[in-house]
Amino acid sequence: MSAVSGGLDWLATGAHWHGEDGFPHRIVEHLGYTALTVAIASAIALPLGLWIGHTGRLRGLAIAVTGALRALPTLGLLTLVVIWRGIGLTPPTVALVVLAIPPLLAGAYAGLEAVDRATVDAARAIGMTEWQVLGRVEIPLALPLILGGLRAAVLQVIATATIAAYIGLGGLGRFIIDGLAVRDYPQMVAGSLVIVALALILDGLFAVTQRALSLQR
Amino acid sequence: MRWFLDNWTDIRALAWRHVWLSVIPIVLGFVIAVPIGYAARRWRLGGSTLVSIASVVYTIPSLPLLVIIPGLLGTRFLDPINVVMVLTIYAVAVMVRSAADGFASVSEAVVDAARASGYSAWQRALQVELPLAGPVLLAGVRVVSVSTVSLVTISPLVGVANLGTLFTDGYQRYFSTEIVVGIVCVVVLALLLDLLWVMLGRVAMPWLRVRGAR
Repeated sequence: MSAVSGGLDWLATGAHWHGEDGFPHRIVEHLGYTALTVAIASAIALPLGLWIGHTGRLRGLAIAVTGALRALPTLGLLTLVVIWRGIGLTPPTVALVVLAIPPLLAGAYAGLEAVDRATVDAARAIGMTEWQVLGRVEIPLALPLILGGLRAAVLQVIATATIAAYIGLGGLGRFIIDGLAVRDYPQMVAGSLVIVALALILDGLFAVTQRALSLQR
Repeated sequence: MRWFLDNWTDIRALAWRHVWLSVIPIVLGFVIAVPIGYAARRWRLGGSTLVSIASVVYTIPSLPLLVIIPGLLGTRFLDPINVVMVLTIYAVAVMVRSAADGFASVSEAVVDAARASGYSAWQRALQVELPLAGPVLLAGVRVVSVSTVSLVTISPLVGVANLGTLFTDGYQRYFSTEIVVGIVCVVVLALLLDLLWVMLGRVAMPWLRVRGAR
């Protein structure tokens, strides 16, 4: 237990809350990586998932691809892209986008699939175009599952963005990687506790949002 | 390919470690989660609490947990037991939900029928509900299996050797072949384990084959 209280002491030290190495700056970096990655992954996965869910085409392929992407080890991708493209924002972004795509894609197509076919047919029967069916019927009804996919993606990226520090970038992983390098266990524990807190807070925000949405309907 | 063959002995040793670091948590996770999932189904109020605790546990990031666990348990920081502990915790967290869903999918009428034919509570659980929940449990095991094999690869960052070592080592030597070999090995291992669970499922649930053939 002393190791954990050491981490708490490290957290409570004022000097660790200022400057480039301080927690606020690292948290902003961490959230920045997460936002960038999830934005790119959403731009790829959501239109694709909505198209698959709407048309029902390529569904088998989507399941196979998401399964295969889930098996890809993020650390392997990260280090490989570093060797190909050099150190920079590209390697962690690529590795984390690959991580975020499966839950987003699955949320989108599973969400549309769960919409009652009779409702969709009714929408067509009253003269809605395909775009209107998608935008006014399917997406609103599928929203809880799409949001669920987004929630899973954000949490996985928050958890895994720690590895950006492994190739010398910032984010909260720095405390773990730096601490490991100099055997500073309290620093590692402190960084870990902040990441855990960040993940739990974001998950809580998603839970509140989803609840508010479900009460609205 | 050449590098792969030259280093076959080392890679095989790392792969075996990877197998153990994955299989033990998956099996332990199953054994621990199924009774919890069953309890969650039987006592509804406590059950929903259990399932939400499990989902909160699942949101805790893995690398930080690998750091915190030795401090809590007093184990040595570089000990593989930490990795097994952390991965078991995740496996349980995921499996509890699918076990609860699995037992919920068993029709009440069937359970009542078993009760009426004189099955005791134990017999109902083991001979009626467990087999009928089987397919959902199997799906849960497969999800856990893929993510566990992939998660193991981050543990070289805390000093535990396995196939992920090929990534850290390849990175330090700036040698992409080693990393590519590592990725391929991890994916193949994930597929093989998945196949193993499907085969075990077929052996344990022969009636599913009949249904598939119809």
